[in-house]
Amino acid sequence: MPLETAVAAPAASRTEVRERAARNRKVGVYGARAAVLAGFLGLWEVCSRTGVIDPFNFSQPSRIWDQIRQWVTHGTAQGSLGEQIGYTLYEALTGWVLGVVGGVLLGIALGRVRFLADVFGPYIKVLNAIPRIVLAPIFLIWFGLGPASKVASAVVLVFFPVFFNAFQGAREVDRNLVANARILGASNRKVTLQVVVPAATTWIFTSLHVSFGFALIGAIVGEYIGATKGLGLMVAAAQGTFNAAGVYAAMTILAVVALFTEGLLTFAEKRLFRWKPADAGDGR
Amino acid sequence: MVHVDPHEAGAVPAIELTGATKRFRTPSGTLHTAVRELDLTVAPGEFVAVVGPTGCGKSTTLTLVSGLEEPTEGEVRVYGEPVSGINGHVGFVFQQDAVFPWRTVLSNVMAGPRFRGVPADEARERARDWLSRVGLSAFEDRYPHQLSGGMRKRVALAQTFVNDPRILLMDEPFSALDVQTRALMSDQLLELWAGTGSSVVFVTHDLDEAIALADRVVVMTAGPATVKEVFTVDLPRPRSVEAVRLQPRFVELYREIWASLGEEVRITRERGAGRAA
Repeated sequence: MPLETAVAAPAASRTEVRERAARNRKVGVYGARAAVLAGFLGLWEVCSRTGVIDPFNFSQPSRIWDQIRQWVTHGTAQGSLGEQIGYTLYEALTGWVLGVVGGVLLGIALGRVRFLADVFGPYIKVLNAIPRIVLAPIFLIWFGLGPASKVASAVVLVFFPVFFNAFQGAREVDRNLVANARILGASNRKVTLQVVVPAATTWIFTSLHVSFGFALIGAIVGEYIGATKGLGLMVAAAQGTFNAAGVYAAMTILAVVALFTEGLLTFAEKRLFRWKPADAGDGR
Repeated sequence: MVHVDPHEAGAVPAIELTGATKRFRTPSGTLHTAVRELDLTVAPGEFVAVVGPTGCGKSTTLTLVSGLEEPTEGEVRVYGEPVSGINGHVGFVFQQDAVFPWRTVLSNVMAGPRFRGVPADEARERARDWLSRVGLSAFEDRYPHQLSGGMRKRVALAQTFVNDPRILLMDEPFSALDVQTRALMSDQLLELWAGTGSSVVFVTHDLDEAIALADRVVVMTAGPATVKEVFTVDLPRPRSVEAVRLQPRFVELYREIWASLGEEVRITRERGAGRAA
């Protein structure tokens, strides 16, 4: 044993040194990140207190913090804060699920069946060319002030990116895999379900990340234009009373909600793509 | 191995191509002839290697036999039946990796029987049997990306053999492997094949591999491919790929076949150079 440690000592210490350096680097990165945030918020606070920027328009971090605290403890004008977040999330999630299901089903169907792609391709391109956010007021007229109109605007925002990715994914399945499955005895249906769908999930998942953001945008814009509940309504209400802190506070809450759901999606993706090599899966 | 003479009267050949021609329309709109007037007969239980210059249309010949593609002209028969669509008796080992990356090793080997409606328990049993024959029993829960190239190829072999194909088509299956692994895989292939009595068409550009494995070596012309010459390999079986290479008869055959093949390779290379210039 003593001999072994004697021989291994320099190597071990070198590994140790490297490990420490890696740890230090990590601490450095986190420290710098925190410093950037603190610096930004501090500068903002100081500038508005000294009157370099107008606190009425630009607000200041401490006021935003007070506003969030007030919402958390006393609720908002529209009801409790949790209820507003719940509404927005409900609308975004419903719209997202509907849009994703529709986009994936249609994308794979059109990707697999050339005839359908040839017939519907131009129409989908035309629909995609419409700036879909302007549909929100129309949905408000159609579906009223309730959640349905927000769900609808979320659906149209989510559908297209998911559709195009699923379509592309179904088109670009490795020809060898399809040929192999057919030789092994798979029917057309089995090729679609057991080869095309799993092969396209990588493509689909890339679009899921982006499209959940779109679903939130759809819900918020819908609420902003007209609603009885939700974070978008809070932004609109704060803006209506010239409460800049309220607008920023609602934005902050939104960002936290979006980050949280993004984290959940990444977690689900890791579970689903265990078959992928670890280094190639992460696109970052 | 019982050697069956394909020209023996009365025997139904396993594979019969007569005047098979395949033309493709290229993206630029011109017609490209990959295979021209190809006549080839493979007897039941026979191992035929097809060699030819790169890109001459060897692979296309296999896709015609498998039913993945239809001939533009001529006829392809498998056990006397004209080929229309995928034939359940045909197995195909591809040049590139074609195992399903999202399935485990066991699930990959089970895929064929499952696609054909075999109950899961029976399929699992058969798959485990073939995995043990290719020496991958310990890896049945791994995903393909966790295996080496040679191991993935063994998965592909098990995946093909588990369906008990009467005809085995192999499209340069070992070309992506390093030389040592390739020799091991060739021996393993001969072992696996010996028990089955199936006919093999093995496409390769490696003449060494072709002679070591096959009963007959078919030399193709520069593209469009057609049969130039057929050589019978009269080396005794069972063979070991490394040992057989050292036999004087092997060297003789190599020289003979290379005289025929080398010319076509030169034609292809000159064409390529002409195109590049």
